[in-house]
Amino acid sequence: MAQDQCIKLAILAVGGQGGGVLTNWIVDLAEQNGWVAQYTAVAGVAQRTGATIYYVEMAPQQEKRPIFSLAPSVGDVDILIAAELMEVGRAIQRGFVSPNRTCLIGSSHRLHAVSEKINPGDGRAKDQVIFDAAHKSAQKVLLHNYDRLAIQNGSYISASLFGALAASKALPFMPAQFEAILEQSGRAAARSIAAFNAALKAEPLAAPELSKQAAPAAKAKGPQKLMAKWDALQQRIAQLPNESQELARAGLKKCVEFQDVTYGDAYLTTVEQFAQRIPDDRPDILTELAKHLANAMAYDDLIRVSDLKTRRQRLSRIESEVQLQSADGLKLTEYFHPRAEEICGLMPPRLGRWFEDSPSRFAWLDRRVNKGRRIRSNGFWGFSTLYLLGGLKWWRKHTLRDQIERRHRKAWLEEIEENLADNPDLALELIKCRRLIKGYSDTHHRSLSKFARIFENLHLVSELPDAADWVRRWRDAALMDENGDALDGAIKTVEVTLRQKSSADVE
Amino acid sequence: MAERSFAKEVEKLRLGDGDTFRGEGILAITKALLENGVGYVGGYQGAPISHLMDVFADAEELLGELGVRFEASASEATAAAMLAASVHYPIRGAVTFKSTVGTNVASDALANLASGGVTGGALIIVGEDYGEGSSIMQERSHPFAQKSQIWLLDPRPNLPSIVDAVGHGFALSEASNTPVMLEVRIRACHVHGHFDTKDNVPPPFTVRDALENPKRKTDRIVLPPASFLHEKEKVEQRLPAAIDYIQQHKLNEHFGPDQGDIGIIMQGGMYNNVMRALQRMGLADLYGDSKVPLYVMNVTYPLVPDEVVDFCADKKAVLMVEEGQPACLEEAVAALLFKHKINTDLAGKGVLPLAGELTGQVMLDGLRSFITSHAPHLATDQDRAPNEPQLLPQPELDDTVPARPPGFCTGCPERPIFAATKLVEEELGAHHISSDIGCHLFSIMPPFEIGGTTMGYGLGPASSSALNAKGARRSISFVGDGGFWHNGLTSSIGNASFNEHDGVTVIVDNYYSAATGGQDILSSRAENKSRNTNNPIGKAVKGMGVKWVREIDNTYDVGKMRETLKEALTTDETGPKVIVASSECMLNRQRRERPLKAKAIAEGQTISQPKFGVDEDICTGDHACMRLSGCPSLTVKKLDDPLRDDPVAHIDQSCVGCGNCGEVADAAVLCPSFYKAERIHNPGRAHKIWRMLSTNFMSWLQARRDRKSLRFEA
Repeated sequence: MAQDQCIKLAILAVGGQGGGVLTNWIVDLAEQNGWVAQYTAVAGVAQRTGATIYYVEMAPQQEKRPIFSLAPSVGDVDILIAAELMEVGRAIQRGFVSPNRTCLIGSSHRLHAVSEKINPGDGRAKDQVIFDAAHKSAQKVLLHNYDRLAIQNGSYISASLFGALAASKALPFMPAQFEAILEQSGRAAARSIAAFNAALKAEPLAAPELSKQAAPAAKAKGPQKLMAKWDALQQRIAQLPNESQELARAGLKKCVEFQDVTYGDAYLTTVEQFAQRIPDDRPDILTELAKHLANAMAYDDLIRVSDLKTRRQRLSRIESEVQLQSADGLKLTEYFHPRAEEICGLMPPRLGRWFEDSPSRFAWLDRRVNKGRRIRSNGFWGFSTLYLLGGLKWWRKHTLRDQIERRHRKAWLEEIEENLADNPDLALELIKCRRLIKGYSDTHHRSLSKFARIFENLHLVSELPDAADWVRRWRDAALMDENGDALDGAIKTVEVTLRQKSSADVE
Repeated sequence: MAERSFAKEVEKLRLGDGDTFRGEGILAITKALLENGVGYVGGYQGAPISHLMDVFADAEELLGELGVRFEASASEATAAAMLAASVHYPIRGAVTFKSTVGTNVASDALANLASGGVTGGALIIVGEDYGEGSSIMQERSHPFAQKSQIWLLDPRPNLPSIVDAVGHGFALSEASNTPVMLEVRIRACHVHGHFDTKDNVPPPFTVRDALENPKRKTDRIVLPPASFLHEKEKVEQRLPAAIDYIQQHKLNEHFGPDQGDIGIIMQGGMYNNVMRALQRMGLADLYGDSKVPLYVMNVTYPLVPDEVVDFCADKKAVLMVEEGQPACLEEAVAALLFKHKINTDLAGKGVLPLAGELTGQVMLDGLRSFITSHAPHLATDQDRAPNEPQLLPQPELDDTVPARPPGFCTGCPERPIFAATKLVEEELGAHHISSDIGCHLFSIMPPFEIGGTTMGYGLGPASSSALNAKGARRSISFVGDGGFWHNGLTSSIGNASFNEHDGVTVIVDNYYSAATGGQDILSSRAENKSRNTNNPIGKAVKGMGVKWVREIDNTYDVGKMRETLKEALTTDETGPKVIVASSECMLNRQRRERPLKAKAIAEGQTISQPKFGVDEDICTGDHACMRLSGCPSLTVKKLDDPLRDDPVAHIDQSCVGCGNCGEVADAAVLCPSFYKAERIHNPGRAHKIWRMLSTNFMSWLQARRDRKSLRFEA
């Protein structure tokens, strides 16, 4: 049947990815090698960052002109190129990938959709699902981070995908014929060809690349006296259960960086105390505690922020981020917006509370401090200011904020301890609730209130056999939206269930 | 200045006899107009016909040589009214717009034009934006053609057929004194193909000739009693003349065998899709050789009764392939068969879905169902029991793949306007918000989710007009600069001013008609050598009698934006409150500035290149900033730090340094993680010395602190 001679190729891309360029190359490739080709694209859909489809059909040149379709059909696509991982998934969903015929080429990098970004927790889609679906749905699969290959060669993803298409051997053309097309592409030709060749040689990925998630072995440097203390702390970590050591080490480092070695000692002491009480078969609880306790102790205050902003490594990181050359100049501007709350937090507890307790005094203070401040952090004045603030660590333990944090932490740890023996699963979930606390100013307050709501309502479930499950569900709900509406719903569900149950018991 | 330069395409317009044009469908139409001696062209931009307008805008010189008048019309109504030049004068004219939105706007002029009829060929090229990917309501242009009696061409979607339709369109219009609508679907507008070109033909009678020799005939003016006669003339003279022309020139086509048990009638635009379905069923080959008789209506209005009757008479059943609803053609064919007492089964809607685009699978399913029930001998075993690999349901996939609706570009100046609106609503509570057409309509999507209705271009404030009550919470309306000049000035601003409406209107001014490709409009800030630009919106608004007007010339100042909006919502002043929020469309700005900057850097000038960043140690991963932004360059990143569960904010290399994230972090008091890093190319001597001194100073302090505390190296 003559229709077998028609090759159907669809490209799914995100607006702005240059899908049109790739499409043009493919059409040129076909037409310059004795085939006829047609392509369509609905440009309006790419506007501006939406998902979009380009569609090409080609057939060997003959007397009569073929009649090509203007859009891909379900189950009728030979080659599917997706310029982003979720677009691979979308192609499969839409039926453009068939196990009996489709060669699927996809870039495994991610351009996160808005819905993945606005979640207060981790809203990112799971890459593994797409990899699994791709291998189930296509005849041949080439997945790789083609975006990275392009960037490494100073080019764009269209060039590396063109290379992947050549590598797939799904078109009846040789790599040299592909390259000949790129040679016509003008000034950027050399870089396009480099990206093309990188993709041509790349070995497809079988599974998503995972981030390392391992604590780099922290090498400490400093005065001898402090180093001796640090080494002693390291030795104490070696006494902890193996499974928890890595997290304890990372936690210790965070606390020492936040304050000092003594603070690190306090952290480790708490971890050790828990290590004694946690059942031996539950190292996971200690690991989670080591993680979340460190986050709780290294809270975000003005001192920490200023300290981090004046670090040497930070400056060099930014310099490489903007590709600074030695002859260039650099201006750094920080966006600060302190409010009276933050200033009160820096005061001694009694003074801070004296302000906070009176709305008029507080408003007076707020009027003086609450405004946006642009700080030129690599200038003399700006850097000095941040440096001085970052040097207030010695003062930190005398502040209202530290008192608040200490009390909050104490209550949290007590609640965990209380449940540790009878319901270790619940204790573990309570540890993990610390994840909810994040952000600054209003955002911080909202996250604190979500955390508080879980602990305030703990009595509802603490006696139930599946208490741990409930707390986990509440926490997941709390991470779904900003204000905790889903959390309120989840708590309501428990209340209603319990009420129905108790009224049924009465009857 | 449009988003894209069409210098290359303009060259294609100069091709002559024996050359081959290679390019997009809509550009082929542009070329065909010149080959057919068009005298004037007008239109209003919008997908999918924007490129026609943009190419003509860039082809000023060629049009001048040929004596063709081109106008970028203020609206579709203006464009349609332009065809009045063909009423008395033998000039061919063409206008173009997106349908059905544009046809709605134009229908007043179209109805008047169709009533009096035309002398010169009048062609209305409508970009039929229907189906998947459409940005407008799902309606058809067909009923417009029927109600005003404008002939409707729907050619097969390949370049030679479309180009032919342009020539026949003019001739048909002249032969029947009736305007002709040429319908091109969105994919046909963007299909890339070839056709053999002819020399351009200068208009035999130009607009200059008309101006020098004015003519008028009262019987062509729509006023009783002439208008009563027009209606009669339409059916007694113009319709028969049109049918004659269509038959004589064989505008409708037959394919496949002369005879058969069954047949398929289709709109021309459906041809390729029908062929593909037949191919997949083994009833046709790739080159159009069909085993089933096909009748292709390249003219879908008027029908040619004889052709339809002849095609159907010897068949047991015919299928009418018609996209969209109402089923105008199917009903017309059914009426013809009934009146001619022809006992042929007519299938159509039912076999095919009542509504929606006839995509590949839909068409295949429909044809299969028609053929297995009406011509089982043609059906293969596969048609009767399709043994295709089943698409397995993949629930995990459905849960995973996120929707990706279009949104604001990186650095878009409209983003801070909606961030400010969200902040105001957090403070003052929810308001009734009317949206309008344009990029700013993306505000209805996450993360902003602002706006309740969109009633038409430039009608944002008008759609709030009922919602006005003394002392109540005020309505907020958005309208773009494009919509403002299209229709908004009178329908929205004038109306609010006249009726003393207390609501707040925000005019989103990005210097262009941006959503349609960045065309210049009256208030554009660029110098345009052939158009009158730089007419401030604020002045026009004040001219309409609005007293409370605030002009913000930097939308990125979120704090000011928020304060101004708050003031507008709370001031005691009565009457409409109008905020003109202006900053240049970032897409166009980048296109304009990038080459200039690169050149300046190469020349050794001092140029600052800003980029924003996030300190990942300071970011807590709450993503509050993203709930107020949605910028593609502000995204999430998973750190290698095992202490962190949630990904943190990260600004990627596509950042253009607009400043929105820093401003939002400040205005909403979010967090101190954002910083702006300006790389200064070719810094001056003073800056170099300053940088050296400050770097030494910082290093000295850093070393001082390092000596006293533990430091870690990765």
